[in-house]
Amino acid sequence: MTTRYETLKNNLKTEEMVINMGPQHPSTHGVLRLELITNGEVVNECIPHIGYLHRCFEKHAEALTYPQIIPYTDRMDYLASMNNNHIFAMGVERMLGIEDRIPKRVEYIRVLVSEMNRIASHLIAVGTYGIDIGAFTPFLWCFRDREHIMNLLEWASGARMLYNYIWVGGLFYDLPVGFEERCREFVDYFKPKLNELDILLTDNQIFINRTAGIGILPLDVAINYGCSGPMLRGSGLKWDLRRVDNYSVYPEIEFEIPYGKGEMGQVGDCWDRFKVRIDEIKESVRIMEQCLDRLQKELKRTPDFDPRALAPKKCFPKHMEYYMRGESPKGELGFYFIGQERSEIPFRCKARGPSFNNLSVISEITRGAMIADVVAILGSIDIVLGEVDR
Amino acid sequence: MLEKIKSIITEKFGREVILAEDTETLQPGLTVEASRIAEICRELRDNPDTYFDFLSSLSGVDYGPESGEFGVVYHLASIPYRTLFVLKVRVRGTRDVNELPPVPSVSEVWRTAEWHEREAYDLVGIRFSGHPDLRRILLPDDWEGHPLRKDYKTAESYQGIKIDY
Repeated sequence: MTTRYETLKNNLKTEEMVINMGPQHPSTHGVLRLELITNGEVVNECIPHIGYLHRCFEKHAEALTYPQIIPYTDRMDYLASMNNNHIFAMGVERMLGIEDRIPKRVEYIRVLVSEMNRIASHLIAVGTYGIDIGAFTPFLWCFRDREHIMNLLEWASGARMLYNYIWVGGLFYDLPVGFEERCREFVDYFKPKLNELDILLTDNQIFINRTAGIGILPLDVAINYGCSGPMLRGSGLKWDLRRVDNYSVYPEIEFEIPYGKGEMGQVGDCWDRFKVRIDEIKESVRIMEQCLDRLQKELKRTPDFDPRALAPKKCFPKHMEYYMRGESPKGELGFYFIGQERSEIPFRCKARGPSFNNLSVISEITRGAMIADVVAILGSIDIVLGEVDR
Repeated sequence: MLEKIKSIITEKFGREVILAEDTETLQPGLTVEASRIAEICRELRDNPDTYFDFLSSLSGVDYGPESGEFGVVYHLASIPYRTLFVLKVRVRGTRDVNELPPVPSVSEVWRTAEWHEREAYDLVGIRFSGHPDLRRILLPDDWEGHPLRKDYKTAESYQGIKIDY
């Protein structure tokens, strides 16, 4: 049977031209190849080719114990390793049946570092989006602010990007002494910077002209294509797994779910997705503050507190099957485990990456767009190729 | 929820399409007949009582050479009802890479299944009949074999070049 791809390639018209964007192209955010069938400046069809960064996560996972897989999850979405660790660890904890016994302090530290990582990830998304469009300054400003988060997380975990900090049943170490105070200093420093970023980029008329009304993703298409995270919320749906599934300590924390309203163009355009990310940074700062309040008051550090106390010596799951989903900065990150009786090694560990599903919609929303807009659309999807290819 | 979905399926497709049910597991699930999976998915998506409009994940599973079975696991989510449900199919298949076990494609029901099924075809080696664009997705087009199969042997050479591990 001929595939759709072959049919497309065999039926090229005379006026059409095939242009390869990538795999080495600065605006594809990694090694992604987009095959564009164009008619002049207009894109008739966009065919993504992925797999250049495939590192066999699922195959590796079938040979390693559950705690040993955590460093591999770091390398999936390498801009938000804490979130990957958190969701993976929660999934294994539910299979072990110990998720109710995790101490509150551990949970609050997990949420704190996850939200810090969410801010860092969104800062990259916002900064590189600016540079895709042609605004250089926001990129440098975002990286400057992200650097502070990297330094703080390095202080806590010992690594700058690939942390392996959240373990099954606990944490690698408790936070270092003085971490909470330094976090507060960062929050105080960071809040005014967000206003500067708004003035520089969000309300910038050139930026709005490039993004508003471009790459409109209707809500039904977004749901049908399995889009999640800021992609889905940008299309106008209040859907956040932190609220839907109420995992960890998120039910105790107050935050809003930003969603696209079509302020500048139509609901679901590139600007809406961008705006959702900007608003999420602000919400994450709120969550950070609430976590710090608890961590400095009722959940204060005590000398005898051991964050590894619950970490199992041997990970023999009680339940043999579980699908864990959680909200990573890119969207719904899912892990599907099939366990084996009396074994620490999973039989199957499938990772459902949000970027993978978000990217699959690109051929739908670039049809009929200009080539220059493909860059704007791809940037607004905010993919990490490490997670697309796993 | 399991009982409700069971009654919807039996009413529409008959009792014999449900082969097994998972009641012990943390998440409720049903194993259904593989040849009817596309219709069942469409019904569960369109039925106003279930409304599973979001396919969270689709995983191909190789249950090992001893059982001789392959499976596909569908994680369905409903946005208005905030529910999650697991559907499974199992097919018998030989280990021969020229005779991949067939499962009907659900890419007509959810477009997101298109890439998930390509991934399952690529890594596990399940042929999704009715899929519009069944090509390898993560591995190169000229790759031999399906790496997530339990009896997969790592290749000794690629394109005539010897691989040293």
